[in-house]
Amino acid sequence: MPSTKIKFWGLSTCIHCEKAKRFLDDHGYAYDLTYVDRLTGDERTQTIAEIKKHNASLSFPTILVGDKVVVGFNESELKTVLGI
Amino acid sequence: MTAKELRDKLAPLQEKQGYLFNADETYTMPLLESLLVNKERYGYMACPCRLASGVYEKDKDVICPCVYRAPDVEEYGACFCALYVSKEYQDGGIERKTVPERRPPEKLLEALEASMGS
Repeated sequence: MPSTKIKFWGLSTCIHCEKAKRFLDDHGYAYDLTYVDRLTGDERTQTIAEIKKHNASLSFPTILVGDKVVVGFNESELKTVLGI
Repeated sequence: MTAKELRDKLAPLQEKQGYLFNADETYTMPLLESLLVNKERYGYMACPCRLASGVYEKDKDVICPCVYRAPDVEEYGACFCALYVSKEYQDGGIERKTVPERRPPEKLLEALEASMGS
């Protein structure tokens, strides 16, 4: 399995998040997934602050591959940052 | 209500305004299901691809069909979620690409702050 560190912020209702997740699964990547719509209280506030550092528009999915950010399910961009 | 019932109810109304449901059902059906999830969660069908605050007044601009649908379909042939598309998009006349978020982030932050204060 590829070892790139991937952080994935998504919404459980979002189809682009689902498609991006499936893409990573199909390519055998492990990722740290947070469904922001399911968070509450401080955890939600802190997570939003962290996402903002990487994606000012706070849109989903926001995927952090190493130090590179991919916003939305953009297959070609994901492939580029993953080097596949 | 099921996702299919929702589609059948909305399709003729939206078509009259020039908006079609995406013919790719791997988008349309899960999105309609998510709209029903949000209706249950918040009491209104907040956009499933955006983080809703749960405060109706602050989420109004992202209640489906959202206020950004018209400019998005005009520019990209599809709305942010790709639930609604134009005929030209459906017919393959427009390149399919990721629709960037048009909603100003301040609106989301304002909504989230309001939800925390309530």
